[in-house]
Amino acid sequence: MINKRNLALAVCVFICGWILGSNNRPVPLITSSVGGASYEEGYQTTAGDKLAAVKKRVSTGTIHIVNPGDSIQSVVETAQPGDTIQVLPGTYSETVYIDKDNIHLIGVIDQGARAILDGLGILNDAILYSGNNIVIENFHIKNYKGNGIMGQAGNNFEIRNNLIVDTGIYGIFPQLGINGLVEHNVVSGIADAAIYIGMSDNVHVAFNEVFDSVAGIEIENSRHAIVENNNAHDNTGGILAFVTPGLPIKTTEDVIIRHNFVSNNNTPNFGAPGSMVSGIPSGTGILIMAADDVVIEGNIISNNKTSGIIVSDHSYASNVTIDPLSEPNSDRIRILDNVMLNNGYDTIPEVMALALAELHTGPVDIVHAGPSDGSCINNRHRYQVVGIGDYENCNFNNTDNIRSYLLPDGAEPRIISANDRGEIAYLGVCAGCHSFTGRLIGPPVPVIQAMYADNPKGLASYINAPVKKRSNYPPMPAMSYLDSETQLAVAKYMLALRE
Amino acid sequence: MFLGGEKLSDLSSGLNDRNNFLGLAASLLMAFCATSFSSDFSLTKQCPPGFLLDLGGKCRMKSLYQFYDSLHGKGLGGMKAGLPPHRDGFSPEQIDLGRLLFFDPVLSGDDNLSCAGCHNPHLGFSDGMGRSIGSGGRINKRSAPTLWNTAFLETFFWDSRASTLEEQALESLFADDEMATSPEKLVNDLRQVSDYDALFKEAFPDHHPSQFPAISVNNVVSALVAFQTSLISLNSAYDRYAHGDQKALTKNQIMGLNVFRSFVARCSQCHTPPLFTNQQLAIIGTPELEGLPRDVGAQSTFSSTKLRGAFKIPTLRNISNTAPYMHSGRFATLREVAEFYSKGRGHAVPRNEELNLHWHISEPNLSSEELDRLVEFLEALSDETFTPIIPEKVPSGLLTGVENARLAASAGDRP
Repeated sequence: MINKRNLALAVCVFICGWILGSNNRPVPLITSSVGGASYEEGYQTTAGDKLAAVKKRVSTGTIHIVNPGDSIQSVVETAQPGDTIQVLPGTYSETVYIDKDNIHLIGVIDQGARAILDGLGILNDAILYSGNNIVIENFHIKNYKGNGIMGQAGNNFEIRNNLIVDTGIYGIFPQLGINGLVEHNVVSGIADAAIYIGMSDNVHVAFNEVFDSVAGIEIENSRHAIVENNNAHDNTGGILAFVTPGLPIKTTEDVIIRHNFVSNNNTPNFGAPGSMVSGIPSGTGILIMAADDVVIEGNIISNNKTSGIIVSDHSYASNVTIDPLSEPNSDRIRILDNVMLNNGYDTIPEVMALALAELHTGPVDIVHAGPSDGSCINNRHRYQVVGIGDYENCNFNNTDNIRSYLLPDGAEPRIISANDRGEIAYLGVCAGCHSFTGRLIGPPVPVIQAMYADNPKGLASYINAPVKKRSNYPPMPAMSYLDSETQLAVAKYMLALRE
Repeated sequence: MFLGGEKLSDLSSGLNDRNNFLGLAASLLMAFCATSFSSDFSLTKQCPPGFLLDLGGKCRMKSLYQFYDSLHGKGLGGMKAGLPPHRDGFSPEQIDLGRLLFFDPVLSGDDNLSCAGCHNPHLGFSDGMGRSIGSGGRINKRSAPTLWNTAFLETFFWDSRASTLEEQALESLFADDEMATSPEKLVNDLRQVSDYDALFKEAFPDHHPSQFPAISVNNVVSALVAFQTSLISLNSAYDRYAHGDQKALTKNQIMGLNVFRSFVARCSQCHTPPLFTNQQLAIIGTPELEGLPRDVGAQSTFSSTKLRGAFKIPTLRNISNTAPYMHSGRFATLREVAEFYSKGRGHAVPRNEELNLHWHISEPNLSSEELDRLVEFLEALSDETFTPIIPEKVPSGLLTGVENARLAASAGDRP
């Protein structure tokens, strides 16, 4: 027994010594960069290889041409869903707002000359949209105070090939939208984020160049986003995925950041006091804060002086509010192979303190601050790392099986039958002024029924374009915004109504 | 039978204003009338406008916004975005009983104040005051919020301390600086009014004499919630624009809308359509009324100094009817409110005060014209077409107090 135990000990000493080598470090576990399993946990979509967020049109609508000196907005107002607006090269100083669906707003580039939207340092935003299926391409936007291009709640959007310079708070800012593509834009000189995906789902950000801004690309309170093949350089922070607490949508999840150049993001922070980005340390390559399920793969991350990758929780951001409904930790962060060169060479005291606690000296490529569940990293021995002791090795080494998180058929509108639309419109709108019994703001229903007894079409056309008939009643607002099918359904509903 | 009601109103007015003798006589007469005549009150079997009576006899809210979806069903977006989840599913009778109770001062400790006293339909379901005055004359800490679209809200009170309308109602009924009654007094007073017995039994048919008496605190609260959740305002000029009528807003209002949603002013980041609130807390650092200490707001709700001075972001629907503004009525007009935001981050925060101001509080420096346009846009958020019928009399025979406020409001005589 004793002999056997001694033998085992001797074998262990021999093998352990051999593995530890002369500097007492274990032989690294080397994971091959080629072949191997793909990440499979993200959003499942069948969108295929084609990167498109707006459905191809079956028929071409009217093409409107805007010439220099004309107002783009006045053309937007006459355009119908399905139309294209082509803006010829020249300078336009206006705010364009698209509050209708399916408009393609295209700048015409003629031998390098673009349609320029110039805010002259006076105007607030260049392009605002709220409609679905909006395409915005080829503009040169400069000198606005607010945003270059901002969407509120538009689904299925494509923002492409725009040049946005020195334009306020955000260069490109789709918010509260589903299914969008932001690609081939060049954005610089932005006081918050050059490209800011806010509270949106299923977004693809690719082939953009973002620089000289506080944040390059920001994925905030959004899910199912891929950020790939971008060049984020000379910002305060290159690429960010985080949760801002205090917003109504509480999570950032399922983000892939891959194959980007993230370099020289050492610009002093010029964000507005109090803004979320004003807390980003200059010299940040990629920052993950309170986001979950983030894969970082194949990026070339170089010359970012604070750290190549920072992963943290909310407690490290002094300027955020508390929000009991937003989970503060960054969980399931997966760091696959990335090329890391010369990062963290002049880092901040907070990172130095974390490094010191691990007796780490010298530059820092990757730092993780705060608790994290289920995170992993491949080939950790390649990097200068701090705070990732509890990271496992990943059981996959690529994301090749995921082309995009875009939706194959886009975000579809809610389908409601014409009858139901009629009922909803009657109760939701008409019933405020017309009741079966007695006078409200408009004449009682039986009076209308008597006039249009067997003529729902007549009533529908009145609803579409009312004329004042009774001196003792106020004029009725036109219901022309309801489609003709709904107008007819409302008319039928009203005529069939019994007490 | 109509006569009885009219007489009662006159007499009860005497009860409030004149001497005790007349009051006593009135009380006796009231009791006599109540027992001798058939009831003046019945509950409607129709849902209020904007609601469909479903097959189960419940009222279901209908709105054009039901044509649309919104991200995660949160009810946030630009123009064509759906609504957040809402409360409905009350019976027409419950809603109608709630309406009578809402206007009946018998719910208060001194029978002098109804819910409508501070949530007056003629004043945007607020009261035109900076800080509301409770039943015993005690001044409340904060202003009365509008009740329009409360069906959609997740939290209640300026500091988000209640998470249901029921919780809110219970607190308001029994707080000293609000209705100042007690559960016992509330139930007893209602049982003294004979009309209510039948009305409660009709509205709550599953009552049981001993286990679930028809008149109970729970049923009072349920009826009040039923009524409040029927107050829907989603048919303003703005809404017609949002649904696609490009002409529904004036040129100036559209300019105002573009200021509102611009990233210079950033109003729509918190006052997000379609409800014009994202229902979060925000610290914006408005000045307190002269001589009053800092109202810590949600700091006390969540026991966090990071929320010192945080208040729930209010809806802006019907906002032009609910002056004065902010949690204690510091600003008399919407123009003043807009100016406050424009003047810059923290300009009104005292030096010795540490507030974790919201990141969207910036320094927009809007032009005077932009401020005007913004106010004009806010005026386009008014819609009171679904205003309920204000009862001319209530079962207790007490005066609702609403008519006087209407006259004052129409004379431009707001405090």
